[in-house]
Amino acid sequence: MGGRAATMVLLDENGIRCDGRKIDEPRRIMIKAGGLKNADGSAYIEFGDNKILVGVFGPRDVHPKHMSNTDTGILRVRYHMEPFSVGERKNPAPSRREIEISKVIKEALEPAVMLEKFPRTAVDVFIEVLQADGGTRCAALSAASVALADAGIPMRDMVAACAAGKVADTIVLDVNNEEDQAGQADMPIGYMPNLEKITLLQLDGVLTPEEYKKCVQVGVDGCKIVYDIQKKALNDKYFGNGGD
Amino acid sequence: MTSTSVIDELKKAQIIELLEQGKRVDGRTLEESREISIEINAIPKANGSARVRLGDTEVVCGVKIQPDRPFPDTGDKGLFICTAELLPLSHPTVETGPPQPPVIELARVVDRGIRESHMVDVSQLVIQKDKSVIGVFADNVVVDYDGNLFDACSYATAAALLASKTPKWDMVDDVPTLVEGGEFQLPTNTIPVSVTMGKIGNHIIVDPNGDEWDSMDARITITSDSDGNICALQKGGSDGFTQEEINQCGEISVRVGSKIREKLKSCQQESQ
Repeated sequence: MGGRAATMVLLDENGIRCDGRKIDEPRRIMIKAGGLKNADGSAYIEFGDNKILVGVFGPRDVHPKHMSNTDTGILRVRYHMEPFSVGERKNPAPSRREIEISKVIKEALEPAVMLEKFPRTAVDVFIEVLQADGGTRCAALSAASVALADAGIPMRDMVAACAAGKVADTIVLDVNNEEDQAGQADMPIGYMPNLEKITLLQLDGVLTPEEYKKCVQVGVDGCKIVYDIQKKALNDKYFGNGGD
Repeated sequence: MTSTSVIDELKKAQIIELLEQGKRVDGRTLEESREISIEINAIPKANGSARVRLGDTEVVCGVKIQPDRPFPDTGDKGLFICTAELLPLSHPTVETGPPQPPVIELARVVDRGIRESHMVDVSQLVIQKDKSVIGVFADNVVVDYDGNLFDACSYATAAALLASKTPKWDMVDDVPTLVEGGEFQLPTNTIPVSVTMGKIGNHIIVDPNGDEWDSMDARITITSDSDGNICALQKGGSDGFTQEEINQCGEISVRVGSKIREKLKSCQQESQ
């Protein structure tokens, strides 16, 4: 902590980034399906230094009742950061940022979940960020997809997520915290690889039209890497030795 | 704003049927925005203001400029903060009380578009480094609703900022003191223009009106700057886009945005 290093090299002459990665290399990703006893489905993800826990409940009765829909089930998502998850203590009350992220993650998951099969019910997704280090919304979305699958909720596909961005005039995969602070653009992407649909997309930072297209491409390719790790997590729990 | 009723379902069916023939309910082409009218400095007590109508959506943006303390890590920059609020008189379903997630998203997306374009040159808004800076607060209120608040608020904010004059302050005995007659045009670098597109079935439409807004499967808001670069983006709604659609939307936003920018430019000339 204590201010940014002004001399930090974001990208050296060999194309190596400040944390030793290549430009198209994601951080270390570990996903574990299951783990929580009381939740209907759960997942834990470590994405670089991000550590995020997701629990899913439902389909279950909707409370308050007026929120229920007779035509379809509803999805509710709460993204929440613990006070100790960031450098300076965060106020535990939901911030405007957390409310917005909850909404974009909900809308990213909705196309994947077959809610119409469960009218008058709710599926609740609780995302708890235990440690944050840049790119939490993508890591959270990837883990939430695994948790929904772990809960046995019918899905069309899983949403895999990864960010792309512009750092030192170069389009790179998976922008970390330092790069986000000092970089030029950050574009989180959520993607359903089987359906080839982008369900989460945001951008801040300036990109030329060419860089914009390249950034989407790099991000989508990153999502495919995450997707394989998501599938492996489910495989390990249900078909491997890691069952519980 | 989404209430499911028989009428809504009928409207949606009609909207989709027309789109199959390449038409829209109000006769526009797919890439056409509604009529935009901008009245600048409608609120003389504000340092800059704009009343914008986008079709039947109406937004008033007022800019207030006052001395403030800088953020601890950016003592060499002024502040820029943008908000948006939905007034209860704008639609029968709007209730008073704390803002709901869609309104929080609206405010944050509008703020991000203006901020990420670096429109306001905050480096010129310093009274004394690390001690006192000029804060620019752009507050939007929606007074009439007919869909696409993102663009209406974005145009209102950009127009109000272009029309803004900032008072001048000097440090006297460690207190920012107003310099009489020192007023100057708010320094700006670029004119960001947001273009919101809705996806209905496989059709992409620019600037959805209220009925189209309720019928959309997904939406995307893309902000571009005066150089034709893309500087902010937000996808929303309960469906996805293909990669090709995302590329297509990027191109549309720059193309449509450049036309709307011409309209905003005239606000700047008008206020000078």
